[in-house]
Amino acid sequence: MFANTDLQHLLFGRLTLEDIPFHEPILQVTFAGVAIGGIAVLAAITYFRFWGPLWRDWLTSVDHKKIGIMYVVLALVMLLRGFADALLMRSQQAIAFGANEGYLPPHHYDQIFTAHGVIMIFFVAMPFVTGLMNYVVPLQIGARDVAFPFLNNFSFWMTVSGAVTVMISLFIGEFARTGWLAYPPLSGADMSPGVGVDYYIWGLQIAGIGTTLSGINLIATIVKMRAPGMSMMKLPIFTWTSLCTNVLIVAAFPILGAVLALLTLDRYVGTHFFTNDLGGNPMMYFNLIWIWGHPEVYILILPAFGVFSEVTSAFCGKRLFGYTSMVYATIVITILSYLVWLHHFFTMGSGASVNSFFGITTMIISIPTGAKIFNWLFTMYRGRIRFDVPMLWTVSFMVTFVIGGMTGVLLAVPPADFVLHNSLFLIAHFHNVIIGGVLFGMFAGVNYWFPKAFGFKLDPFWGKVSFWFWTIGFYVAFMPLYVLGLMGVTRRAQHFDDPSLQIWFVIAAIGAGLIALGIGAMIVQFAVSIKNREALRDVTGDPWEGRTLEWSTSSPPPDYNFAFTPVVHNLDAWWEMKSRGFQRPLQGYKPIHMPKNTATGVILGVISIAFSFAMIWYIWWLAALTFVATLVVAIGHTFNYNRDFYIPADTVSRTEQQRTRALAAVRA
Amino acid sequence: MTQASTADAPDFLDLEGEHHPEGSTMLGFWIYLMSDCLIFAVLFATYAVLGRSYAAGPSPKDLFDLPIVAVNTSMLLFSSITYGFAMLEMEKGDLSKTQLWLAVTGLFGAAFVGLELWEFSHLIHEGATPQRSGFLSAFFTLVGTHGLHVTFGLIWLVTLMIQTRLRGLVPENKRRLMCLSMFWHFLDVIWIGVFTFVYLMGVLQ
Amino acid sequence: MTADRSLRAPAGAGSARRILRGLVLLPLFGLLAGCNLVVMQPSGDIAVQQRNLVLASTGLMLLIIIPVIVLTLLFAWRYRASNTAARHDPDWDHSTALEVVIWTAPLLIIIALGALTWISTHTLDPFRPLSRIEPGKPVAAEVKPLEVQVVALDWKWLFFYPEYNVATVNELVAPVNRPIAFKLTASSVMNAFYVPALAGMIYAMPGMQTQLHAVINKPGEYDGLASQYSGSGFSRMTFKFHGLEGDGFDQWVAKVKQQGSDLTREAYLQLERPSERVPVTYYSSFSDGLFDKIVGMCAVPGKMCMHEMMAIDAKGGAGKESHGNAERLQYDNRHTERGDEAPGATTPASHRAPKSEAPDADKTHEGSGQGHAAPDQTNN
Repeated sequence: MFANTDLQHLLFGRLTLEDIPFHEPILQVTFAGVAIGGIAVLAAITYFRFWGPLWRDWLTSVDHKKIGIMYVVLALVMLLRGFADALLMRSQQAIAFGANEGYLPPHHYDQIFTAHGVIMIFFVAMPFVTGLMNYVVPLQIGARDVAFPFLNNFSFWMTVSGAVTVMISLFIGEFARTGWLAYPPLSGADMSPGVGVDYYIWGLQIAGIGTTLSGINLIATIVKMRAPGMSMMKLPIFTWTSLCTNVLIVAAFPILGAVLALLTLDRYVGTHFFTNDLGGNPMMYFNLIWIWGHPEVYILILPAFGVFSEVTSAFCGKRLFGYTSMVYATIVITILSYLVWLHHFFTMGSGASVNSFFGITTMIISIPTGAKIFNWLFTMYRGRIRFDVPMLWTVSFMVTFVIGGMTGVLLAVPPADFVLHNSLFLIAHFHNVIIGGVLFGMFAGVNYWFPKAFGFKLDPFWGKVSFWFWTIGFYVAFMPLYVLGLMGVTRRAQHFDDPSLQIWFVIAAIGAGLIALGIGAMIVQFAVSIKNREALRDVTGDPWEGRTLEWSTSSPPPDYNFAFTPVVHNLDAWWEMKSRGFQRPLQGYKPIHMPKNTATGVILGVISIAFSFAMIWYIWWLAALTFVATLVVAIGHTFNYNRDFYIPADTVSRTEQQRTRALAAVRA
Repeated sequence: MTQASTADAPDFLDLEGEHHPEGSTMLGFWIYLMSDCLIFAVLFATYAVLGRSYAAGPSPKDLFDLPIVAVNTSMLLFSSITYGFAMLEMEKGDLSKTQLWLAVTGLFGAAFVGLELWEFSHLIHEGATPQRSGFLSAFFTLVGTHGLHVTFGLIWLVTLMIQTRLRGLVPENKRRLMCLSMFWHFLDVIWIGVFTFVYLMGVLQ
Repeated sequence: MTADRSLRAPAGAGSARRILRGLVLLPLFGLLAGCNLVVMQPSGDIAVQQRNLVLASTGLMLLIIIPVIVLTLLFAWRYRASNTAARHDPDWDHSTALEVVIWTAPLLIIIALGALTWISTHTLDPFRPLSRIEPGKPVAAEVKPLEVQVVALDWKWLFFYPEYNVATVNELVAPVNRPIAFKLTASSVMNAFYVPALAGMIYAMPGMQTQLHAVINKPGEYDGLASQYSGSGFSRMTFKFHGLEGDGFDQWVAKVKQQGSDLTREAYLQLERPSERVPVTYYSSFSDGLFDKIVGMCAVPGKMCMHEMMAIDAKGGAGKESHGNAERLQYDNRHTERGDEAPGATTPASHRAPKSEAPDADKTHEGSGQGHAAPDQTNN
């Protein structure tokens, strides 16, 4: 690369104006949309003079609540992008039959399905899960923040940088066309030259660093920062699932990082890890990536299980049935998730004994999962079930998820997998568990904790509209894919010859349209709720008759979460406090020790974007510069010893008195 | 106190502010080391799979010079001992002796990295480049990743020497020195794995 | 074309199985009447056994899935807040008896399913030669399986018939009720070989050889496809598989002999270059040991074969003075060397405007097969 002395090459690497897709109508429209939307947002921020608060209170914030909310916002924004990809795919497959090539050439279509998978897993599901954990866990354990508040902020910005890196590929250059796990040799330097796979590698690598650090942070938080009296078996169940999820993150994401690094070396340096020739071994990539990939599935689903447990017990007005067995089920799932990875490639030709071992371990996971389902079932038994929106999502999940679980166990039988692997049956299966499990759980969680975060409930009418469109849309969109799978149709096809398949793709496209309406209803729900926030206001801080500590403080909670650290005697700590006549103390406040906000996370995030962009386009001077800059900023940050402050007792007192007055006003 | 609960109710709040969460830094750093350990686990596993894929090229027997690697290993082992001395002096609160031992540790570390770079350039000079075979790719990556860690450890060490000079052995600096200590010893343990698994078993197979 | 694919279930399915099948398919019956669920109605014994396994496992799991769904809806309805007649027991959170049931019931089903898995995975191992042609019809001792060597190319299928010294592109033919022994490899990226009516899929990987044993029991024309994404031409990498009865197969071989040309190494290297929608092509003969050379990634003259390299490696490598070998082992760079667009190329390496199809750029190699295109009547 250095041999080329051409100035443009030196300055811009392999980036030229031709790499910007000016000619593509789809992208022109998208770009116009993004630009207009972006300008509108910037104008609004300027008009409302929000720049200062945005910077001081949000972007540089180390408050776990703010960071949690920002994660969820990131997830929702990326959901729109990922779902737009889904609509493009569904409409292409609904029309591309016989002589009709559809409107997406393979070259473009292949990027879309890759981007859809990558975005939905890494930049929708992951930030959703991390955001909820960030927001809820410290509140549930009675802590004032996470163990490492700055690290939390940094992790968030690394995730954002990864997302931005992937998004840049939409407008400058192209994204990978390899499928969401970028299997070599297809993703290697020789088979996938160009920037596509490099966008993939750097986007995930940077986001992965953030995820790993956030996992370390939350483990330390849960282990070290629980309120006095909260033994592990008094830990709220969502916090338990979060703990297991973060253990999985810390034990899985470094593997992803290492594998991507090896692929990076293959592509940039010319090593032979995953090449066909000179001693490389592509099958090793399959194994390594799935040693991360399968735990990843449980990283996503366990917190959703936690949400459903909290929601079921709150809306049934009942203690969670079988708490202990729920905890053990979670731990068993955590451990077993490392012993199943090979079921993703039974068809690679491992021996029968190896295949059956991994098939059977996979099935064993369904035992603790089944126990969980039964525990929710028996929590509902003899309950008083209030069908607010979170509970609707939960019931829908229970029905939908067992179907997905069943098809999953079916795929775990190796000879059955031989006929269903890589088919649309498989696609239907994992959307069945990821939409029906993870997404439904996240939506339940958002509806459940929204009043805690903002002090008013989400509008139930539009919540229910969204719920029904999503649920029905899901079945209409994915049941046809099960059928198509049984008709021997594979995934990732851009065009079909057999016209008899078309009707099923059309039905699936209609389902995707219904889901689009569900997403639309969700956006309307947010808008309507903000508009009617006074009517939806909850002053008590406990709108759902909650049972855990997050409901004991105000909504939204003050910066310090709890004026006094709670002392825990029971699993349902807040429920016990309420039932034993707990009264809020009105004086005796003490100064509270808090971490200071810092801009280092944002700065490092921006530098990371520049670094990955430079690496992707071979702009070596910028890569070197930003790499050094990262080191300098990180080291510079450690020279700042003045990182914390005390909220004076007076301020605490004023904040708490405000709440006292508000509570009195409600009672009066 | 205004906490008027029912008579038998226990205290629900820590009104005196007696509860302070314990420091989580050591635990957090330890978890980080475990995650780093997994990266090395992947690289070791990769080496185990590709270690005999010479692509009709040179093998460990042809390439490795055990005496030099032994010297290199002793550099790193000595640096661990001297870091231990630095920590002992830190406990005593003797800043200048702490700094002295940190400097000695840094010199040993730098010698290790220097020798390793010399070995690499020697190999590349002989045509045994990372691009030559799966075995050499895995070798350079495993050993190089360890070397990169040591290099970052050195940068960190210098940073801490400056910071202790500026602020003395304040609790933050002590905590940081403890973290670096864990990191440094961790790299030592990894190197023992590399030495045994890659060099010794490679040459003596 | 759909006429001979709408084949009925095998005679061997027992009544219990039929009931299970009915259970699974009942709700879909109305919609599915017109479509061909080939995975559920296959025509080869291996695929039939795999189908039966799908049904048996589904049935086993429904034993627990249906009660769970019913109970969920029932409890949701019965214990709704407005139904004050239902009992409310807010502190009831444990029952040892129930706990035992909810852990053991799934456990028992998984034990049953696990046993089924262990046995079926071994009996249906694709590497295992067939022991029967159909239920109750073991393979006769004197029957030699039809060996077919399969190469997944970018983006077409090449089939060698070593016993007959013929080869074809994008057409696979086999006599009914004679075991087929596939040996599979690929030329550039990983792929998967899948004929849903015949047997489950298996990966075809460059530099490696996998196996698949199967048999077709009913004559007909079936769809075959690539089922692992492999780049631009993936969707169009399909072929037809014909099961022929009586002496149909021998006639077909004779036709290939008569109409085909010779697949030399040069012809193969031309064929191997990326191309889409390649018409059915016949080769009346092929260069000696070509398939083994493809597996060894040494079809290009002068390259070192994999087995040779592995033999050297097993002896401890070739020492420091072996730089020449590196050149002889370079394989993945063929696209670049020949100026072909790589299967996953993106901008700027693809030399086309981002996110678009270059105007006919990749159509230049279309139909680059060197043999004669087969006439239409091959589709009997």
